[in-house]
Amino acid sequence: MDAVEHSPNTPLEYQSETGRLNILGFWIFLGAEIALFSTLFATYFVLDGRTAGGPVPAELFEVKGVLIETFLLLTSSFTCGLAIHYMRRHSLKGLFLWIGITLALGLSFLGFEIYEFVHYIHEGAALTTSAYWSAFFVLTGTHGAHVAMGIAWIALILIQLKQRGLTPDTSRKVFISSLYWHFLDVVWIFIFTAVYLLGMVM
Amino acid sequence: MANNEQTHSHFPWSHVIGFALSIILTLFALWVGFESGLSNTMIVVVVVGLALIQATIQLVMFMHMTESEDSKYQTGTILYALFIAIAVVVGTIWVMSFGMSHM
Amino acid sequence: MKWDEFFVTGDPLIYGADVSIALTLIGVIFVLTYFKKWKWLWTEWLTTVDHKKLGIMYVMAAVMMLFRGGVDALLMRAQLTVPDAGFLDSTHYNEIFTTHGTIMIIFMAMPFLIGLMNVVIPLQIGARDVAYPFLNAVSFWTFFMGAMLFNISFVIGGSPSAGWTSYVPLAGLELSPSVGQNYYLLGLQIAGIGTLLTGINFLVTILKMRAPGMKLMQMPIFTWSSLITSVIIVFAFPVLTVALALMTFDRLFGSHFFTLMDGGMPMLWANLFWIWGHPEVYIVILPAFGMFSEIISTFARKTLFGYKAMVYSMVVIAGLSFLVWVHHFFTMGAGGAVNSFFSITTMLIAVPTGVKIFNWLFTLYKGRIKFTTAMLWSLAFIPNFVIGGVTGVMLAMAAADYQYHNTYFLVAHFHYVLISGTVYACFAGLHFWYPKMFNHRLNEKLGKWTFWIFVAGFNLCFFPMYFLGLAGMPRRVYTYGAADGWMSLNVLATMGGVLMGIGFLILVYNIYFSFRYSPRETTGDPWDGRTLEWATAAPVPFYNFAHVPEVKGHDAYWIAKKEGRAKEKKPYKPIHMPSNSGVPVIMSTFFFISGFGMVFSWHWMSIAGLIGVLATMVIRSFDYDKGFYVSVEEIEKHEQTTE
Ligand code: HEM
Ligand SMILES: [Cu+2]
Repeated sequence: MDAVEHSPNTPLEYQSETGRLNILGFWIFLGAEIALFSTLFATYFVLDGRTAGGPVPAELFEVKGVLIETFLLLTSSFTCGLAIHYMRRHSLKGLFLWIGITLALGLSFLGFEIYEFVHYIHEGAALTTSAYWSAFFVLTGTHGAHVAMGIAWIALILIQLKQRGLTPDTSRKVFISSLYWHFLDVVWIFIFTAVYLLGMVM
Repeated sequence: MANNEQTHSHFPWSHVIGFALSIILTLFALWVGFESGLSNTMIVVVVVGLALIQATIQLVMFMHMTESEDSKYQTGTILYALFIAIAVVVGTIWVMSFGMSHM
Repeated sequence: MKWDEFFVTGDPLIYGADVSIALTLIGVIFVLTYFKKWKWLWTEWLTTVDHKKLGIMYVMAAVMMLFRGGVDALLMRAQLTVPDAGFLDSTHYNEIFTTHGTIMIIFMAMPFLIGLMNVVIPLQIGARDVAYPFLNAVSFWTFFMGAMLFNISFVIGGSPSAGWTSYVPLAGLELSPSVGQNYYLLGLQIAGIGTLLTGINFLVTILKMRAPGMKLMQMPIFTWSSLITSVIIVFAFPVLTVALALMTFDRLFGSHFFTLMDGGMPMLWANLFWIWGHPEVYIVILPAFGMFSEIISTFARKTLFGYKAMVYSMVVIAGLSFLVWVHHFFTMGAGGAVNSFFSITTMLIAVPTGVKIFNWLFTLYKGRIKFTTAMLWSLAFIPNFVIGGVTGVMLAMAAADYQYHNTYFLVAHFHYVLISGTVYACFAGLHFWYPKMFNHRLNEKLGKWTFWIFVAGFNLCFFPMYFLGLAGMPRRVYTYGAADGWMSLNVLATMGGVLMGIGFLILVYNIYFSFRYSPRETTGDPWDGRTLEWATAAPVPFYNFAHVPEVKGHDAYWIAKKEGRAKEKKPYKPIHMPSNSGVPVIMSTFFFISGFGMVFSWHWMSIAGLIGVLATMVIRSFDYDKGFYVSVEEIEKHEQTTE
């Protein structure tokens, strides 16, 4: 099955049939994720402004906190890319280093986001407050839950890397999880723009 | 199919450039929103445009969407997803806008 | 919560169901134990990743669901036969039309089609399995557990009663406080995971696993229709996932997406539901189109007329199907511009559909037609589906729809497309590919009895409904007055319904009869077929093809037969196959537990279930099983049976 039809220069993750199939399948899964987040965004836009007399977003959003979150996630996407770069140069050390940094950045992002949520809830804006805040928390919360899943998943793969080193199987898993991680940054770009930036400006 | 020798023996230029561009685009969007003095509609158009550019940078420079033998299918999937995203988001806003004025 | 709130009580029908469920369970356990079949069940079925076996299980589950949904239907018809009937009260009637609709679309039509896709697609493209056999098993088991979760609402906690469309505020907490609606939300959510995975799986399978030489434009048309269906699934199901999740949050955690209070927007539910809902109706019709195309071409003994036009019209349908959803709520008042736009797109989508009708007719033209049962279903489909399509275009005119909407006219429309489209196709496909599943044919004589009785019953049941609708009878009413004058047509409809029931029973008997008495297949090519599934041995070995076939054009097996390459002898090589796994069924059981906990807001239980799901995922992640090789001797043993 694993037909050998690649040059030695082909990255490890593309060398097995399983690798090629799973990577394509994951791209299609990301297509489905785009549909999923689009629906959440559509819901958010429709419910935007329906605060039912409760707190409005412009009162609560702060540029500084949002920018910190944005740069944490952006940088983690960059370091994740570097990790793949080192993986393709067969440097397990470089891979571990940059993935480690990625996870640390991801965790700090989550920390800030949780802090932000708790702050809003203190100010009287919770899931149950109004349609607007329901939409806000479910959109950003779904993204946050994805980030948490991503961290746990990548951590599991790191264990497997330790056990087995770089093989077509492990590098496939690393590569696919990196796609996931970058994708979460893509989603965040739109959350930053549509929810926070426009929420503060409009 | 991606080639190790060409893309990955040297300094990861494409990543660094992509990262720099992302930061610049983010800050620029911020400036457009707060300082540019454009009308609200223009602000929406410009910042959403900037977000789309930044997303493309991630997809191509970080995620290597176009590198493998299946790049056609991968790119096709994302483009189709973009079509769905626009249909769902724009369609929903349009369809529901009349409902708003009812409330 | 007291036990009499937990179990549904007070209704003889439901006590009867309790007893029969308990008896069936005891019977199954007894038979399995008595014949020492537990191990066999586990190794051959519960843990299988073989696409053919999963397909068979899908079809069996779907037939069971057809029975359940059919009983619901007959109960409704019984109540509506005469004015002011007292057979069912309004609550009970509401529950029954809700479960009928949901079960038929989500747990009958889709799994039936996906089951046949599972059996046929890898064979048709000359592959040894799907791209992700393990995920395929996850798909089946999540579907199955979702279906079971939905079905137990009947005896535990109470059924949902807000319609298969579950419009809010009716489906909201204030007006539907019982747990029934939660069953709807979680049953569909869990089954939806499986459907999404199926979409991804078949997309990659068809794009990447085709036999060498088979270009995209040479794929069998059923494969094409499955490819397009998969695309629609991948992009439509996430929308349903979100819509269901938002309503779940509203009901369980107090959010305000669709509520009447605090800024919620009930209409947003209808919008999201139909963004998924309209693509969904294409998900259940495109594979049916594909099957009819294969069957008509085989039994007209001609290549399909206008293959390219068929493919392009499906591609157009895939795009347009996401741009028409508002036609389901023209009357909600979204405004003239919105209604006009969606009215036009809806009419546009009828064009590619019409193109396909002409292609089938031209394929038949001057063909030497063999009237097998499968072919009869396909022939009856054409005129019946045209009736459904034409009335669809009538509904598509927004202004006129104010008159038809939510009347029996609409009910007649969608049954004409769904039954004469999807259900006829399921029956046709079942007869056609039955030899590939069970290595014998269904009895043709009994098959034709089913056909005539069912088709007559169907038209008798649903054609009068158009006129009931025009006479003003609204859908989803549990009774009507004598003065309304709707009785005579309702009597006809009930008679038709009974005939359909009889037809179904004959089909079930046919399955039993053929199992006992049909001669076993020897050639693997009972119909003089055209595509690669007919090139496999009888019975189809678990690895499908001893040699990966080479494809030299459209109708690959037909060409091979013509060139005398069909039975070539070549030395065998060992074949790599994936191993069985118990993870999918266990993972899905945890999904079931978690969903059940959510239904009753027992959060300890739903969290425990979710932990179980995650744990099985971790186990899977650390599993580096690489499958196994089938030896040349074993292949020889399997292939000998063919001669
Ligand atoms: C010729 C193409 C078709 C057109 C123009 C069309 C048009 C429509 C329209 C306008 C409605 C909404 C009417 C109303 O609610 O007042 C409708 C309802 C419906 N259609 Fe079709 N349709 C077509 C084909 C199909 C097919 C192929 C299927 C499924 C196999 C289907 C299944 C349904 C269902 C299930 C509903 C009603 C759902 C409900 O309200 O419960 N239609 N159709
Ligand atoms: Cu529709």
